Amino acid sequence: MNHVDLQGLGLDEGGHLLVKRALAAIPVGDTLVVRGSSASLSVHLRAWCRAQGHEFEPSADGGVVRRGSAEVGRWRGAERAGAADCVEDEASPRWGLGARGCTVEAGGPEFDFPLRTRSEIWADDAARLYAQAVAAQWDPGSAIPWDAPFDLPDDVEDAVVQVMTYLIENETAALVIPARFASQVHPHYREVLQLLAVQAADEARHIEVFTRRALLKRARPGLSTTGGQASLKTLVEERDFAEATLLLSVLGEGSFLSLLRFLHEEAPDPVTREISRLAAQDEARHVAFGLSHLAEQVRSDPALLDRLEQAIRRRHDALAATSGLNEEVFDALVLLGAAGLEPLELRAGWQKVQALERDMHEGRRRRLARLGFADGRADELSSLHTRNFM
Amino acid sequence: MSNTLLMGAVAYDPKVVTIWDGFQKWFGEHGLDFDYLLYSNYERQVEGHFQGHFHVAWNSPLAWLQAKAVGSELGRSVEAVAMRDTDCDLTSVVVVRAGSDIRTVEDLRGRTVGVGAGDSPQATLIPLAHIAELGLEPDEDFEVRRFDVLVGKHGDHVGGERHAAKALMAGEVDAACMIDGNHWLFGKEGTLPSGATRILTQTGQYDHCNFTVLDDAPQALVEEFVRLLHSMDFEDPNVRPLLQLEGLKQWEPGRTDKYGLLERAIDRFDTIQEFVGRLREARR
Ligand SMILES: [Fe+2]
Ligand SMILES: [Fe+2]
Repeated sequence: MNHVDLQGLGLDEGGHLLVKRALAAIPVGDTLVVRGSSASLSVHLRAWCRAQGHEFEPSADGGVVRRGSAEVGRWRGAERAGAADCVEDEASPRWGLGARGCTVEAGGPEFDFPLRTRSEIWADDAARLYAQAVAAQWDPGSAIPWDAPFDLPDDVEDAVVQVMTYLIENETAALVIPARFASQVHPHYREVLQLLAVQAADEARHIEVFTRRALLKRARPGLSTTGGQASLKTLVEERDFAEATLLLSVLGEGSFLSLLRFLHEEAPDPVTREISRLAAQDEARHVAFGLSHLAEQVRSDPALLDRLEQAIRRRHDALAATSGLNEEVFDALVLLGAAGLEPLELRAGWQKVQALERDMHEGRRRRLARLGFADGRADELSSLHTRNFM
Repeated sequence: MSNTLLMGAVAYDPKVVTIWDGFQKWFGEHGLDFDYLLYSNYERQVEGHFQGHFHVAWNSPLAWLQAKAVGSELGRSVEAVAMRDTDCDLTSVVVVRAGSDIRTVEDLRGRTVGVGAGDSPQATLIPLAHIAELGLEPDEDFEVRRFDVLVGKHGDHVGGERHAAKALMAGEVDAACMIDGNHWLFGKEGTLPSGATRILTQTGQYDHCNFTVLDDAPQALVEEFVRLLHSMDFEDPNVRPLLQLEGLKQWEPGRTDKYGLLERAIDRFDTIQEFVGRLREARR
């Protein structure tokens, strides 16, 4: 006779685990004698068996349980959510939020993750980039010399505040876009999801440090222009993952790499210098993921290049009537590049900003070429990029 | 609409809509045109049943006895055609705090017993009748505290039993009544920490809800309805969520021989006399 002795353990303090275990060891339809000294054992066994679909006959010190078929039946038709150690070409909506490789009970809800094919979102180095990003997280509180003493002329401080104001709205776009796509990626492609999440966290930090610098010596940030916001709006509204990756990560954040390096070199104070350096480090990863993701896509689908080209042209046309980079930001950059307000100094600043724009263009051209655009085409498409940089 | 089987049910919880919508869809996929009406209380549902508003009632045990009593007044026969496996052979318990000086039912004399809604078979009527049959009259030999205002739902909502259990732990009552499964559930969720209570007495077995039809129900439709219910297989992933929502593993044939405890309780407490009388008068 199969039996299990719970001794003093009640069914309302974990005793059902022993009963379950003993039932799992006998065939459906066989009986199990349950004994124990808990006063409520037979009352609880009756209720538990009813809920689990087992038959029950009480006795003085427990009762007899006849194993029902429901628990076994529950896992019939269950399916594996892919394999734990590799990604599938397509992820099923039925896998839902389940861990990759887990066993999913049949009949559950389907989740509508629009990005659920490998070819749309996967990049082989997503896991490596994610690990790198996690290891490179820095704490804005301790990584930046917020208390370093400095005192800038009003003109220069104003210029820094204006550049920070511009950076903040660009960083906000750079946070919102990966965050939105993260919610659309099927969790089967976990590494991509994680990478987008940590990218959004990077941008959250950038927003924080640029805001703190803007308000370090001033009561409020500077100006936000229609041209700048119009440019960012076309990015935020981009619905296609590949096109958004190209416009935001490859071209926009790519240009920002040059800008942040410029700010690092020309920074008039230690705080601006350090936040520019740290943000540039993060941006380099964002650009790297965008590039490797798109390069992989293009390899499997060369026609994607045409679509990407159209996206650049469409955005250019949409922004043709706007002014692009606002005058205030441009002037502020010149001022930061200049050592002072003497004509010769301003000329030097002007030339540095010219060099910055050439550097941005060259970077974009190089990255477009890496994606597979012919040299001339890459050059032309780079020049169509928004004058707002991002 | 002549080929539609109409069911009446009580909306004791918003999930009722999810449940019966799911059944409607499933029955539809299996060729049975099924629809349902929701009532806010069982009395209105029983009345509607006799007025021909629908064919099958999803009745609480008390509503079943109400329908049976009204039927016999009006010369109509009633039948239970199906029920849940989880509604068979229930018991209720009366529990006290573990350290209580109440050792026997007799010790409840002069004390306060917490129960569920006044019309709850499992949390009020059956346990109180059980105590009465052991010699102590409610409201005379001991005080009864009722813990649910949702009268008309026949205790379908677990809230009243939980409140009675909490009152027991808070020392506001000396004993509390509940269905056996809730004693286990309240232990699991921490309302009645394991070992904090002692079961004073357990009632005999009784059955709970059933699908009830009257003698004028469309026979072929009802037969198809019952046939489809029995075909619902817990192993079928399309069916399992419905069964889980409704809290069963499989549908059983209707049986009516385990409502005796409740019948004795309502006789003792005159629970449904007024309702039955009102329907009889309305029919004159
Ligand atoms: Fe950023
Ligand atoms: Fe970024």
